[in-house]
This record gives sequence, C-alpha cells and structure tokens, in this order.
Amino acid sequence: MYIIESGNVAAALGVRLCRANVIAAYPITPQTPVTERLSEYIEEGSMKAEYVPVESEHSALAVCIAASSTGARTFTATSANGLLYMHEQIHWAAGARLPLVMCVVNRAVGAPWNIWNDHQDSISQRDTGWIQMYCCDHQQILDSVIKAYWLAEKVSAPIMVCYDGFILSHTYMPFEVPQQEKVDAFLPPFRPDYALNPEEPASLNTVTLPDVRIDVHGELAHGYMEIRYLLQEELRTSLAVAAEAEKRFAEIFGRGGDPYIEPYRCDDADHIAVGLGSLTYQLRVSVDALRKEGIKVGVMGIRFYRPFPDAAIANALKGKKGVIVFEKALSYGYEGALASDLKSALYEHLAGTGHLPLVQNFIAGIGGREIRTDDLTQTLRAATQSRIAKEPTWIGLKL
Amino acid sequence: MGTRNYRRKTSHSENGPGDGGRTGSWRVERPVLNKSLCIPCKRNTEACFICWLFCPDVVISRTIPPKIDLEYCKGCGICAEECPTRAITMVDEAQFTEEDKDKE
Repeated sequence: MYIIESGNVAAALGVRLCRANVIAAYPITPQTPVTERLSEYIEEGSMKAEYVPVESEHSALAVCIAASSTGARTFTATSANGLLYMHEQIHWAAGARLPLVMCVVNRAVGAPWNIWNDHQDSISQRDTGWIQMYCCDHQQILDSVIKAYWLAEKVSAPIMVCYDGFILSHTYMPFEVPQQEKVDAFLPPFRPDYALNPEEPASLNTVTLPDVRIDVHGELAHGYMEIRYLLQEELRTSLAVAAEAEKRFAEIFGRGGDPYIEPYRCDDADHIAVGLGSLTYQLRVSVDALRKEGIKVGVMGIRFYRPFPDAAIANALKGKKGVIVFEKALSYGYEGALASDLKSALYEHLAGTGHLPLVQNFIAGIGGREIRTDDLTQTLRAATQSRIAKEPTWIGLKL
Repeated sequence: MGTRNYRRKTSHSENGPGDGGRTGSWRVERPVLNKSLCIPCKRNTEACFICWLFCPDVVISRTIPPKIDLEYCKGCGICAEECPTRAITMVDEAQFTEEDKDKE
C-alpha cells in the first residue's frame, strides 16, 4: 500500500512492522514525531510493545541495552545533542554486541544551539563500533529499518539508521508500506545466542582484564583485546552480510540495488560527486544540468558509512579523473571525515595502478544553511575543470 | 591456544571464584588474622563472622578460623576496618618473602 506521510512516520511504521518489543526514548527535535507516533501505536493497541519513557537519552539507550540483553527487540531514536548525551552508552552497546536499532534524525550539534540539519551528530559517532546506514528518501528510511533489524541480529552489532532532519523527517512524500506477512517472512523473531536468564545468573561486561583468563568452567575466556578484535572482525565481515540482506530484501519486496553505494549516471562519468543522505539526490539535479552542457559527471551516494565499503567504493571510482566529496560535517582541524576515509580507500586499492582520482572536498549545509542547487551545480562544474583548493571549501559561506 | 573458539563474544562472568581474574595480584597490603583476638577462634564457636559478611570479594570463609583466599583478595582492608576486636591487620606485602607470598 502506498501512502503519503513524513519520514518520521516512515521510520515508525518500519519499527511497528518489525514488531519491536521495547521502545525507550527521550524527545528531541527533529526526532520527536518518531517516538510520539510509536507511543500512539502502543496506546491504540496496533503495536504490542513496552514503551519506557525516560528522563534522558543516556537512560533511553541504557533501557534498550538492558532490554536487548534479555532478548527483546528494541528501538530508540534521537538527534544531535541527544545522541551526544548517549555517547558512553553508544560505545557500550557495541562492545556488548547488542543488535539495537536506532534512528538518528540528523541535526547540527551545539554550540551554538541549532535545530537544523547537518551530519555532525552521527559522523562524530563514527568510531563507536555501530553500523551506520544513510537514507535518501522515505522509502529508504522504512526499508532501512527493516534491513537493519535483520542485519543487526545476524552480526550482533547495533545499527544507526540516519536520515536528514526536516529535509526528510518532516517532509511528506509517497512510499510503499509493505504487508506485515512479507516483513514477517523477511525478519524472523529475535532469537539471540544468549539472553539473561534469572535461573542462571551472570554478570555481563564487568571489569575485563587486559589478559585472557580461565572462567569458572575452566575454559580460556577472552580478555578485553580479544573482545574488541572480534567486534572489528565481525563488523568487517558484516559487509558481506549486508549484501545478503539486500538480496533477500529484493527477493521478498521487489526493491533494492547495490547494498553499499547508489550510483547515478556514473558509468561513463569522468568526475563523480560523492556524499551521504538526501544531498546526493539533490546533486542528481546538478548532474542532469551539467550533462546537458556535455560535462560527464555522475553522483554516488554511500549507503553504509560504517563498516566502510572501501572495496566497492574504490572499484566504482577506479579510473575516474576526479572525486568531489560533499559533506555536511567536518573533522574539525582537518577535513570532512568521509573525504579522509575515501582517500584512504582509494590509496589502499588503487595506489600504484595509475588510476588514483583527484579528491576534492566541499562542506555544505552546516547548521541547516540552505544548499542552493545552483551553488552545487556551479561548484561541481568548477571542480571538474580544475583543482579549487587543497583545504575543504565551504559552499554558501557568507564571510 | 587462544580464545578463538570461546563460546561467547563478550565478557561474561558467572558465579564462582575468580571469574574476574586472579585479582590477588592487585594487593599491596595483606590482611593477617590474629587468632588470639578473633571471636570465633577464641570461643571455638560459629559467631561474629563480620569479616566474612563485609568482604566485597567473598574471599573470607565462614569457618573457624576464617580463611582468607589470597589468590583473589585485593587487599581493600574492609575486613580489618570492620573487625570489632581488631583481629585483622593490614601488612605491607613487601614484608613477606617470596616464599611467604603463596602462603596464608
């Protein structure tokens, strides 16, 4: 069934279809309508779940961690400073290998206080051990939530489903709401390898020494380093599992594509614009305009930021003249984190082949500054002609 | 042999001695019991056991005399602090010879 609704409602519908058992959240703009809608579903009886209202985002994630440890399928959502307030628990959830799903409705972080969209919140959580997916439209939000639960539970890692605040969260567009039977066929009930059981008391993730130890059964148990290595190892292998998720999803729902990247007019392009989220769909308008001028340019959205699909990205950019990275976030003191990661992937896979493209970095839409499509087109046109600057260049800056 | 085939991916402690590791190595002061002051020792009856009750690592036995498992005792000194007859004193580990280290 197709409906016209907001991106936040698309997320809430996805969570209901996934039959989440426990939802804990604290309201923050522009995330609020997601959890508001979920609380309404529970109140009206259309969703069977426990809604735990809490006094902070830190507690929201703590509730999800505890609930997930007992084998419940959990959900939370947040934005900006709410996400930052969770930060300690975000690391914890990954180290504890809990398959939480959280929507991050991307918003600028303070100071100064700002409620509008950029990506600084989720990008700053890059190194926590969570999988990060970025969405470009409402259909992707709903579909990503469903895929995220399957993937998270398969690889025992938490997932952030990130989508742009206001631009996607509060705008309305048509999208398909899949049938419950199809979602049930795709996503079986959560059956964790281990769940807390009062009959067999245990302490999870208590102080773990630098070295390995003999446990009470006489078996050699991991030290901290082994546990952290396994997190890294399984996040890397989760890239292959994400491809399996995409394939299964396409079989059941008839939608899907490349699991890692979303290329548009890239095949014969000399220059490729790269970005995360809805900005890459806006860039399609610029690409179309420049194509009419005869400039061979394409745009590629990256769907997974962590684990970073370095091989797929390098393969897609191999032999291109230039890569133009547009970002709504910055690793302050250097450049956009995506640009750094992308250069690292290109170097790893293409160094010495003579096919290393020039990478340029543009920062746009910080704190919700309007990104004019004309500005994107002009920037893209100029970047295909020459190297603009070594430092990241800010678009739309009025300084 | 490593931990590759260990059954869990995370840190998981079950009830039992030393599932947090051999924490006795953390100790800088050792609790030493003076049996002539200890109530259950003096009266040869199950009494007091305040040290057993208060030990946060459950390394003191509820026996006559109370035995302290130095494999896991971190040397926090709570037993010495709580003992109503001052029968337990904390002694610098440097006072013990290498041979003494493993003995009570």
